[in-house]
Amino acid sequence: MGTARLDLKVPTRDFDVEVALDVGAETVALVGPSGAGKTTVLRAIAGLAKPSRRLVAANGEVWFDSDRRIDKRPEQRAVGYVFQEYALFPHLSVERNVAFAGGDPGDMLERLGIGDLAKTKPAELSGGERQRVALARALARKPEILLLDEPMAALDPHTRGRVRAELRTLLHELGLPTILVTHDFVDAAALSDRIAVLVEGRIVQTGTAEELIASPATPFVAELAGGNLLTGNARPRVDGLTEVVLESGVTIVSTDEADGPVGVVVHPWEIAISREETGDSAQNHVRAPIESIVPVGNRRRVRIGPLTAEITAASAERLELEEREVVVAEFKATATRLTPMS
Amino acid sequence: MTRVLFAAMTAVATGVAFVFLLLPLAAIFLRVPIGDLYDQLGSQVFRDALVVSLKTSLIAHVAVLVFGTPTAYLLARKRFFGRGALITLIELPLVLPPAVAGIALLAAFGRLGLLGDELDALGISIGFTQTAVVLAVAFVESPFYLRGAIAAFESVDESLFSAARTLGAGPWRVFGRIAIPLAAGGLGAASALALARGLGEFGATLIFAGSLQGVTQTLPLAIYAQFDQDFDVALAISALFILVGAAILIGLKVFTWARLGSISRFRLVTSTSR
Repeated sequence: MGTARLDLKVPTRDFDVEVALDVGAETVALVGPSGAGKTTVLRAIAGLAKPSRRLVAANGEVWFDSDRRIDKRPEQRAVGYVFQEYALFPHLSVERNVAFAGGDPGDMLERLGIGDLAKTKPAELSGGERQRVALARALARKPEILLLDEPMAALDPHTRGRVRAELRTLLHELGLPTILVTHDFVDAAALSDRIAVLVEGRIVQTGTAEELIASPATPFVAELAGGNLLTGNARPRVDGLTEVVLESGVTIVSTDEADGPVGVVVHPWEIAISREETGDSAQNHVRAPIESIVPVGNRRRVRIGPLTAEITAASAERLELEEREVVVAEFKATATRLTPMS
Repeated sequence: MTRVLFAAMTAVATGVAFVFLLLPLAAIFLRVPIGDLYDQLGSQVFRDALVVSLKTSLIAHVAVLVFGTPTAYLLARKRFFGRGALITLIELPLVLPPAVAGIALLAAFGRLGLLGDELDALGISIGFTQTAVVLAVAFVESPFYLRGAIAAFESVDESLFSAARTLGAGPWRVFGRIAIPLAAGGLGAASALALARGLGEFGATLIFAGSLQGVTQTLPLAIYAQFDQDFDVALAISALFILVGAAILIGLKVFTWARLGSISRFRLVTSTSR
C-alpha cells in the first residue's frame, strides 16, 4: 500500500502554510477554523496551488521538489480530489462525470452502489448521492492519494449520520492514503485514524481523537475537541494542587500543575449536577442558572453558566431540571486539565 | 396627495417614452402597405446590398468568434497585471462614435495609413473593398462579443476547472469539454448581439469602405443611398431590420428565460433531499 510524504510551505495572503505530514494507508483529518489553510494544503498536493519550497511525494513518485525543480502539473498527478460541494460537471450525466477521469465508469458506479444513477444529471441527485458520484469520479482516476475537502458540509443534517457511516466504511476498504479536511471535530473523529489540528497554517497537534480530547495541547484544541474551556489565572497551592481564579471570580482546583494564565479543560461527562452543594469528594462547585437543556441521544446536555454538563436523560428527569433554575455543577480536581494560554 | 401626484407623473413619463420610441417604428409599417414593402425587396439595389451584408457579416462574425473566444477565455481565467486595463481598452470601441472607428481603420490600414506602405508592397489594397467592410464590421462588433464572452466564462465555477485538471484533463480538454459547453448560453447570447450590431454597422463602413453598390454597399448603407431617390426601398429595408432585430431580441429573451427556468429547477432540486 502507498504512502504519501508532504513537507510543504505555501505562501497565502495572510501567512505561510507550513505542513509536514507522512500519511500511510490511513485517513488523516486536517481540522481547524476556516481560513487556517486546510484547503490550501490539499490544493498544493494536487498542484493547484504552488508551494514556495519543499516536497510532495506519493508512493515514492515525486510531484513537487523545489530543490530538484520538479513541479508536475495537476493533470500529471494521480490525485483523487473530492472538492467542497463536489464540483460535479453539471452538463454531464453521472456516468460521463465518472468517465471524465478515464476508464470504464460502469465498474466504479457499481462499486459505490450508484449504478442506477448512471444517466442522471447532477442537479437531480441528493447530497449523499452527489458525494458518491464525486468519490467514484475521484477513484476512477486511480489515485495514489485521496483528498477530501469538507465532504460532509454539503449534506443535510438528517442524512449526515448515515452518509458519514458509509464514507467511513468506504475509506477503510480503500486503504488509500487519505487527507480529509473538515472544521467539524465529530466528522474528523468518526472518519479518520489520526487528526492534525491546523491553526494559521501550522499543525498545533496531531493525535487520535481520544488523545486530543484527553490532553489538548492548546486551548483551541480543547475547545475544538468538545471539552469545556474556562480561562483564568493559575497559582500553585501549598498542598500541591493548583488554584485557578476564573475571570468570573470563581476558583477552580486542579491536580494539574501550572502558573499564570491558563485554560481549564473539563469534559461534560465529568460534571455532575445537584440542587445543593453536596459533601462528596468533588472540590469544584459552580453555582449558576441553567441556560439550556438539549437532548443528545439518551443523554442531556445541560448548559450551566460557563459550563456544559452531560448527564443521562434519567438523571435529568429525576432532578426535574428546568431552564433558568439555579443549580450546582460539581467536578473533581482530577477531572480538570490545565493548558497554558500564550 | 403627493402619492397620487407621483403615480401620475411616472405614468405620464412612461407614456411619453413609449409613444416616442414606438411611433417611428410603427410609422414605417403604417406609411406603406406591407405588400408594397415586400415588392420593394425585389429591387436590384436591395439584392446587391443583401448579398454584400450577408457575406461580409458572416466572414467578420466567424473571425470574431475564432479570435474572440480564446481571447475572452484567457481574460476571464488568468489574473495578471494590467488585466483590468486591457478589458477597458477592448471596450473602448463601444463608446466611440462609429465615424471615429472608420477614421481609425483608415489611419491603420488605409493607403496612407500606418500599415499602408507594407500592405502596398504586398500588393494589397484594403480601403474601399469588401475586405474593408469585413474589417469595419469586425472592429465594431467584437467588443460586444468579447464583453459577453468574458462574462460567460467568468460565470463558470472555478472549482469545475480545477476538478477537470485533477481528473487528468489538459488545457485543450478543459477548454473544449468544460469551458465551452458551460459557457455556451452566454457565448450564444453575446454572439447574437454582436451579429446584430455588425449587420447594422454604418458609420465606420461608410468612411473606411465607401458605399459602392454590389461591392461595399451593405443594407444600412443602401438605406442611406436610397432615402432621397426611392424612399419606399429605404422603408422596406428598414422594415426588414426591425423584424430581424425583433426576432433576435425575442429569441434571446425566450432563451434566457428558458435557462433561468432550468436554473431555478436546479435550485429546487438541491434544496430538497432524499
